[in-house]
Amino acid sequence: MLIGKVIGDVVATQKHSSHEGLKILYVQLLNLNGSARGNPILAMDAVDAGVGDQVLVTQEGWSAMTSIGRPFSPIDMSVIGVIDHVELE
Amino acid sequence: MQIGRVMGNVVCTIKNDPLEGKKLLLVQPLDKDGKDVGKVFVALDAVGAGAGETVYWCRGREASMPWYPDQEVPTEATIVGIIDEIHLA
Repeated sequence: MLIGKVIGDVVATQKHSSHEGLKILYVQLLNLNGSARGNPILAMDAVDAGVGDQVLVTQEGWSAMTSIGRPFSPIDMSVIGVIDHVELE
Repeated sequence: MQIGRVMGNVVCTIKNDPLEGKKLLLVQPLDKDGKDVGKVFVALDAVGAGAGETVYWCRGREASMPWYPDQEVPTEATIVGIIDEIHLA
């Protein structure tokens, strides 16, 4: 899993039927120092996260599909947690 | 999933049977300002996308899910939505 920040969302009318009714979040993945980790990605929302939230993102397909209750659908990333804080030793 | 723009298509006469009748599209990944980022690649189309459209795609095993279990389609990237709007915070 990776840490990211929700920077927006996306509206798509024409999409795979399994994506109907899902919130598509635009997420900037982050390094531990808060800098951007690559280009932003789209992840399905499994926890009702919102813009500005720091979130936990899974990049594993089966986990992503099942976390939002859509097994066997074309979904490769989902937001599976809203992070309260990160403790670094 | 990630955001990109369809640049064109690829035509293959000889191809693996499950690819028959499916569209191969050229995709340019985009950053959050809508600018090109990274390199163009080929993706399969599951939603009727065409050149010039902003789309999102799914990668990996999940990319073959639009046709599963009827067909086992060899693809590592499939376009699964056409984007109407991107809302940035």
